[in-house]
Amino acid sequence: MLELIVISTLNGVLFGMLLFLLSSGLTVIFSMMGVLNFAHASFYMLGAFFGFQLTKWLGFWPALVLAPLLVGAIGMVVERYGLRNTHKHGHVAELLLTFGLAFAIEEIVSMIWGKSPLDYRVPALLDFPAFTIFSTNYPAYKIFMLAVSVIIFVALLIVLKRTRVGLIVQAALTHPHMVGHLGHNVGRVFMAVFGVGSALAAIAGVIAGPALVTQSDMAASLGPILFVVIVFGGLGSLPGAFIASLVIGLVQTFAVALDGSLASAFGPLDPSTGPSVLSDIWNVTIAQVAPIVPYMLLVLILIVRPMGLMGTRES
Amino acid sequence: MTSATTSTSKATVKPAGGSVRFYGVWLIGIAALIVLPMIFSSGGSLTSFSLIGIAIVFALSYNILLGQTGLLSFGHAVHYGLGGFAATHMMNAVVSHGWPIPLPFIPLFGGLGGLVFAMIIGWVMTKRAGTVFAMISLGIGELVASSSLILRSVFGGESGITTDRTALPKLLGWSFGPQLQVYYLIAFWLVLSAIAMYALTRTPLGRICNAVRDNPERVQFIGYDPHVVRYIAFCFAGFFAGIAGGLAAINFEIANSAYLGAIQSGLVLFSTFIGGTAFFFGPILGAILVTYLQLGLTNLTTAWQLYFGIIFIGIVMYAPGGIAGLLMMHRPLIRAGTLWTVIPSYLVAIVPTVALACGVILTIETVARFAGGDAINLFGIAFNPTSPVTWIAAAILVVGGAFVARLTWRRIAEAWDRAATVARDRGYLA
Repeated sequence: MLELIVISTLNGVLFGMLLFLLSSGLTVIFSMMGVLNFAHASFYMLGAFFGFQLTKWLGFWPALVLAPLLVGAIGMVVERYGLRNTHKHGHVAELLLTFGLAFAIEEIVSMIWGKSPLDYRVPALLDFPAFTIFSTNYPAYKIFMLAVSVIIFVALLIVLKRTRVGLIVQAALTHPHMVGHLGHNVGRVFMAVFGVGSALAAIAGVIAGPALVTQSDMAASLGPILFVVIVFGGLGSLPGAFIASLVIGLVQTFAVALDGSLASAFGPLDPSTGPSVLSDIWNVTIAQVAPIVPYMLLVLILIVRPMGLMGTRES
Repeated sequence: MTSATTSTSKATVKPAGGSVRFYGVWLIGIAALIVLPMIFSSGGSLTSFSLIGIAIVFALSYNILLGQTGLLSFGHAVHYGLGGFAATHMMNAVVSHGWPIPLPFIPLFGGLGGLVFAMIIGWVMTKRAGTVFAMISLGIGELVASSSLILRSVFGGESGITTDRTALPKLLGWSFGPQLQVYYLIAFWLVLSAIAMYALTRTPLGRICNAVRDNPERVQFIGYDPHVVRYIAFCFAGFFAGIAGGLAAINFEIANSAYLGAIQSGLVLFSTFIGGTAFFFGPILGAILVTYLQLGLTNLTTAWQLYFGIIFIGIVMYAPGGIAGLLMMHRPLIRAGTLWTVIPSYLVAIVPTVALACGVILTIETVARFAGGDAINLFGIAFNPTSPVTWIAAAILVVGGAFVARLTWRRIAEAWDRAATVARDRGYLA
């Protein structure tokens, strides 16, 4: 039991930090430009696929640097030639643009790399057990993933809160015209932020690719959870996104690890119904429910606190 | 997004003879629905017509949210799917209990299925509009789609729930075994739902929905609660989506988890938006086009989703009013008699635009078939995806086409401005 708790906590924190890597980019983009980038998970997927391809050509470490740069450049192009032109039609049009983009990226990726999972391996340098805990070998690569996520989280916080760049970004967030009058190119700031956000997603993709499955539906399966994270945490709130990422990462990891059901918990009280909704709910294991747990959290938070955990705005 | 185009589109004052034209359009539509299967009577076209009919009801119901109330939903298929399951269960119940309910009434139960879910979940969902509503609808959609695989007794797991439409009591001797009879059933419900949804846009509720879309604060000032208005609109949309789901259940004689999923939600969003949300007939056009493309393209290419994505992005960026918006832009020019000044620039632009489109198609197909090595057949010319000639041709078409097309589009814009100025001088542009 203790083993399960320790390993699940480690995995949960790891998944949570990955979610935060993705949602931090999304949150910063949202609070700057007011547009929720539907294609954010697609940039994560592009990161994983570029990472795979560049690893094959150049090795893992160059790929870890080059893939995010490439994806960041794609993100900047999308902002400059797509979103900026669409902005005059409103935020819903921008959201729809990124929605169409997500659709197109998924199709392009499956066209080039196929629909089946890729053989994206952990680099040899990190392919050893870091430590053994309760007779389970915990892979070093996961520790590496965790370290990268934490480093980026800290760096992001420092840049946003402690530097001049962060000051300009935060000012452009609330008073774009004022920032413009002060001589900063707000358009370029937006483009840079979008590029950095996409690059963050791509870093998550490159490092998560070998550990999770790299295939063309990975964006579609992760995207909705990402949006749950940022609505749960409160739209536009970076600390909220952090807490929500960890909560959802932990809850989902624990749910997957638990095999209990109502039937096993209250075995002697079996209502002995025939096949019906009740018996379904009675017999379903927590592990089976794991995929819907984030969405249940979403509904719950909407009823209790519609602005999300750390959100300040009602709409 | 739609506010600018919509406010000009629906003039409440109809000119004389307007009512004749108004009812004429509806009567022509109904006549076309009756006559079409007599002209195109093959099994394939009957199936296509049935699918298009279902898609139209679904897209119109979606437009109650997107076009009328300004709510962008990514989970509209939930109501469609639940309507389909409700209809399937009802059909099975009718057969097993021997109730005297004939098949044509079944879509109503589908509608109720969609409505009940909308009433339960809608109050929480419609608290907020805009981006937040979009995200929440996505989450709820995923929740229901994933739950459908867990609650096997209701949703039948992966395989879904089957039914037999011919086992229900006959009405007027129609067994609804042949596709033709199913088509007429769908057409009947299509007309009924379309009239009901059109009437809805004309009621005070429909008007308040538009007001909530355009300016919720002012709606609040005049004493309405935007939340309640959004909730009611959401329930109506859920009801009509449920009808579409019920029709689908009758057509396919099965309801499964694919009805509820993100792909179905995405398709209805595509149809409605490509068609145009500002006009009532926009979603109809969109549903016809998207269903037709979907049926046609899946036979031709493996990358049909990519074409959808590209068309969608193009519409969002360059024609946010959709096809209907593009068509209706020309109305004042026709009335002012200045359309002929624009047409030559259109004709000039066709050639490079088609070249650009061919280049894009060639590029996509080359990439898609690179591994397989099948030849690409474009307008009777065979291209080999692995030969450099194909790549060069594609590159020339894309780059050259884009360059020339941009020039011609600029000329269209200039000609359009001139024609619109003349039309405005003659008093035809709002």
